[in-house]
Amino acid sequence: MTTLSFTNILVLSYNSLSYAAILFLLASGLSLIFGVMRIVNLAHAAFFLFAGYLALEFYNIIFGSLSLMPRIIQLVSWTLLYFAWRGLNAYVAPRHAALALLLAYIVLETLCSLAWGFRFFELFFPHVPVKPVDRINFPGMMAAIVVALAIAALCGMFIERFFLRRLGQDTLSQVLVTIGFAFILQDGSLYTWGGDNFMLKQPWPLNFSAVVWGLSLPQYRAFMIVIAVVVAAGLFLGIERTRLGAIMRAAVDDPEMARGIGINTNVVQMAIFAIGALLAATGGVVGGAFFGVYPGLDFEILPYAFAVVIIGGLGSLGGAVLGSIVVGFIENFGTALFPELSYFALFAPMAIILAIKPTGLFGKG
Amino acid sequence: MVENLAEKRRIFIVLGAFVALGAVTPFLDLFMQSLVTEILVFGILAMSLDLLLGFTGLASLGHAAYFGVASYTTAIIMTKEDWTWTFAAFQWADSLGLGLFYIFIFGLVVALAFAAFFGFLAIRAVGVYFLMITLSLAMVIWGLAYRWSAVTEGDNGINVLGRPSLFGISLESEIPFFYFTLAVFLICLGLMYMFVKSPFGKTLVGIREREERMQMLGYNIWLHKYLAFIIAGVFSGVSGVLWTLFNLFVSPPDIELITSAEALFMVALGGPATLVGPVIGSAIIRSLQQFISIYVERWPLILGAIYIITIMLGRLYGVEGILGLFGKFRKPAASPETPEG
Repeated sequence: MTTLSFTNILVLSYNSLSYAAILFLLASGLSLIFGVMRIVNLAHAAFFLFAGYLALEFYNIIFGSLSLMPRIIQLVSWTLLYFAWRGLNAYVAPRHAALALLLAYIVLETLCSLAWGFRFFELFFPHVPVKPVDRINFPGMMAAIVVALAIAALCGMFIERFFLRRLGQDTLSQVLVTIGFAFILQDGSLYTWGGDNFMLKQPWPLNFSAVVWGLSLPQYRAFMIVIAVVVAAGLFLGIERTRLGAIMRAAVDDPEMARGIGINTNVVQMAIFAIGALLAATGGVVGGAFFGVYPGLDFEILPYAFAVVIIGGLGSLGGAVLGSIVVGFIENFGTALFPELSYFALFAPMAIILAIKPTGLFGKG
Repeated sequence: MVENLAEKRRIFIVLGAFVALGAVTPFLDLFMQSLVTEILVFGILAMSLDLLLGFTGLASLGHAAYFGVASYTTAIIMTKEDWTWTFAAFQWADSLGLGLFYIFIFGLVVALAFAAFFGFLAIRAVGVYFLMITLSLAMVIWGLAYRWSAVTEGDNGINVLGRPSLFGISLESEIPFFYFTLAVFLICLGLMYMFVKSPFGKTLVGIREREERMQMLGYNIWLHKYLAFIIAGVFSGVSGVLWTLFNLFVSPPDIELITSAEALFMVALGGPATLVGPVIGSAIIRSLQQFISIYVERWPLILGAIYIITIMLGRLYGVEGILGLFGKFRKPAASPETPEG
């Protein structure tokens, strides 16, 4: 065990807070989804990773020297698919249209690979190698966040609407379905972007270190803290102070009564799931310039998110704030003090909290 | 112990099926032989998880941890020559023809120790908290395997050179090893059957159905769950030891979350709270993996799709596992038994 000087402690605290910021972005979504829907979304960290990859892709399209042809082909393919879907729906029921498209896909896939030697599938998901982009700017990063957020939220809504809503309250089914999506997102990302470790670049004003009292503090970490604080404040105000938040709380506390007074709880649930995915995606894009983006990151970071919600309690925003700060500090100080045991050090407070209060400090059970 | 005729008949059917398997397997090709062995190894893993999930009602998403520590222990004591004590003991035991016993005892004790420690942390948690904490603990084991490279060789994994012999009978080729696996499998099946039919097992089912009532009747809920957790961990360790002996190689991907999730899915697919169901689940999943891997390498993607499709279909038609499907065909109007109060 090494001893820490005062400056070391200051720098470590700063690092811990910024780490806690990313953990909060990840865990608050998990906690929110559980609080409303009683679902542990195991695909949550997959959204985190997927958003990082989306940002990488977006940087490549905007700033990189990526050839545009595959993207144009992709756009045309998806547009044609959309019109085919609309056209079929005008004549037959949606399930028959889906079946017809599936059959058409199988026929075309076979035809293309046998006769012309290319994968039909790749028209929709072209295999374009991405490179780390050298230079990005702040608006570009914000745009990437927005795009990643939108796509992740859409994915979340899709999963909720067509899968989780039909499962009811069976934990085992929910776990298997969400973990199925986690595998699909993870392996699909591996297929699309390869196994390299990418580091998202930090935009200009943030890629320097500020020197305060002789301490060198990377500004990007301050940016992460600011984002987390803004998101936390937004969530808190949104849930506690707005009409929308009141509707949401009503749908959580007493779904039957809420339905009785005309609140569409299905829409609320879908919105919550989208917001959860959106929070994870924010964490993924912001954290992608910090953790890097690589296959397996999702399952590596999932235990940290779980530690946050176990300590803070599921379904509580304050718990997520407290839990992420606790985990952030333990992780950073633990790594500095006992480098070999840091992964274990995380579980000591979890064990203590569970012994005192099995549903976490602010948990609703 | 065996009360009624139907139960007896079921036991005969299962035993007959395994005898038939033992008789047929030598005539299959090498690929199929190793597939059958693999199915049996993962069958033990899935059955041990079913003790928790099906019989006790604890959904553990970290069952690969005990599988992992046992398989790593096996690989380490067989290969670490600079760990003088364990290696010398292994060589001595091997020279007496008892190397396998040494490995099993060592691996199972380590699995038991980890299960006892992790269970102590996890059992207090209820519902989804239990699921999250078991997943996290399994990720700790994965982290150890991946990062503690002085012992576990990190990403490279550990290569094991050859299997120890059993009383001088070599297990190097596929057929003897298959029979050895089958024997271990049947012993485990028998032990688990006795376990779930014992008063202890009945108590576990009682806890699954009505925890408060069992508590009121004076049962120590925590202790029952804890013991069930440890026993399941030890059986999982058996399959871990067999896995190292079968594969002769362990690496971190073997004990990732996907293994725990596969085990959970094998149970859900075959039918929870049955012992044969998880084995059927294991047969389906491992066969699919082997055959699909011939054509495409995207196994996690396909596995994810299989999870989703199966669960959604099962939900759509209200079927619980493959065995549930049989039951549905046999007596379509039967209502599931729901204890009141």
